[in-house]
Amino acid sequence: MNTTDVNSRIATKELTLSMGPQHPATHGVLRLVLDLEGETVVKCTPYVGYLHRGVEKLAENRNYMQILPLTDRLDYISAMSNNLGYCIAVEKLFGIELPERVEYIRTIVAEMSRISNHLLWLATHALDIGAMTVFLYCFRERETIIDLFEHLCGARLTVSYPRIGGLKNDVDAKWLADLYKFTEDFPARVEQYETLINKNRIWLRRTIGIGVISAEEAINLGLSGPTLRGSGVPYDLRKVTSYGVYDKVKWDVPVGKNGDVYDRYRVRMDELRQSNSIIRQCVEQIPNGPVMADSPKFTLPPKDKVLSDMENLIHHFVLITKGPQTAPEGELYVPTEVPKGEMGFYFVSDGTGRPYRMRIRAPSFVHVAALPKLSEGSLVADVIANIGSIDIVLGECDR
Amino acid sequence: MEPLEIAGRLKEKFLSEILDVREFRDQVFVSVRQERILDICRHLREDPDISMDYLADLCGVDYPERDLRFEVVYVLYSMKFRHRIIIKARIPESSPGIDSVVPVWQGANWHEREVCDMYGIVFNGHPDLRRILMPEDWEGHPLRKDYPLKGRESWEYKGYEELKDLHSHDNEWNIT
Repeated sequence: MNTTDVNSRIATKELTLSMGPQHPATHGVLRLVLDLEGETVVKCTPYVGYLHRGVEKLAENRNYMQILPLTDRLDYISAMSNNLGYCIAVEKLFGIELPERVEYIRTIVAEMSRISNHLLWLATHALDIGAMTVFLYCFRERETIIDLFEHLCGARLTVSYPRIGGLKNDVDAKWLADLYKFTEDFPARVEQYETLINKNRIWLRRTIGIGVISAEEAINLGLSGPTLRGSGVPYDLRKVTSYGVYDKVKWDVPVGKNGDVYDRYRVRMDELRQSNSIIRQCVEQIPNGPVMADSPKFTLPPKDKVLSDMENLIHHFVLITKGPQTAPEGELYVPTEVPKGEMGFYFVSDGTGRPYRMRIRAPSFVHVAALPKLSEGSLVADVIANIGSIDIVLGECDR
Repeated sequence: MEPLEIAGRLKEKFLSEILDVREFRDQVFVSVRQERILDICRHLREDPDISMDYLADLCGVDYPERDLRFEVVYVLYSMKFRHRIIIKARIPESSPGIDSVVPVWQGANWHEREVCDMYGIVFNGHPDLRRILMPEDWEGHPLRKDYPLKGRESWEYKGYEELKDLHSHDNEWNIT
């Protein structure tokens, strides 16, 4: 009896495998139900919602100041970007003009958060598909950034550093010098990571040609950020919309070509370099000035005045307890480019101190929805590579 | 194209469907009736001068005091022309149903499931309309304005007494 005969006689049947919700490679509490035929994924059904905390409902019952700490808990590994996205949206709703120094510092911290996010992404993604060493190297640099955040505002992860109309506190010269020193060393470090995996045969075999998605499909599915740019679509909200000082510094939008796991990896590695260069230029150009907008109806007065001046005390009290009572009526959608993609805040304001409706457009939610498209027809092991390459955080996905 | 110009074009084509056009902070909002939403969306995507190929966001809003209680908001963007417009479809409470736009943008799939989960709006023609964030056996739609913030269950902590009730059947704990 030859082998083909044997193969035709062995009965095969589909196997349903439930991966997660507690699985280290699903980057959080994501559950995938995989229908397998041998090693091939026939059908992939993601289940989300395990981390649903009802942030949108909570926000409707809190005033604008109180929502800020909730946004930390969305994408908890780049909390700074979420805070900024929220503050920028609220400032646009209120019509607040920001001082220049605030814009510079915000751009700096947003890019720092992008670097720390991409480092964590590279570390875990590489770990998932079998490159252990990169993990340890990435955490070394991430630690520096997190230490800088700690010096800046006292918190390492859930920073809540920006405020509506400005920042919690100014940066000092020593902090800027430390940061500048980091940016001098960092490009060499990125090269170090690349020497570890760029020519690694296992890495290349596990990423090139895996999870391919074309530009049209990616746009149709609503992907954003590096996941979309990996397919060759140069859509970056930092270029498209105007916020921060991205128009005053020189930088490029890295794009991929083939839309596979490898291209998404290349895009993120290039973004590390671009972010580093943005931070450098901002530190060189940063002007002096106030770190809070002059807009007493919406922004908190400085603490020393609250303790010595009656009018400021009243202002402070009303803003903290009731929220801004003169919020304009209207609605708007404000997207910002967070490390994972397009984070949009859609506000409906009815003129009271609380948002009537706050919708968070989370990039991870959209990216998880694209997972069946990427994974169906590929091997089980590639599902892990795909989850890594779309860079998801379930806190943001489930909100 | 300026967003207001797109709204003008939309008005020419679907005059009877448009309820109002508003502008706030340089963004244009077009409110439409829900009956022909699929046609409107298809037109916005396929007209070569508008070409809204990217559905940035889709969400629901609840206005309990209005006649048309619910709103489904479509945030559209064109990768080619880099313009944005926001379409709002109004839906009555009596028959909370609207055509699904999944045939136009696949990315709408999970957003529509979420709106259905949170507001109870049914999307006709949706390929897989199940609850997404809440458990499958959950009752009610949490983001409706009449849904209480702390949920419907009333549960009061009775302190030590409660522990006693809980373990009364369990001799191992020996709580008396």
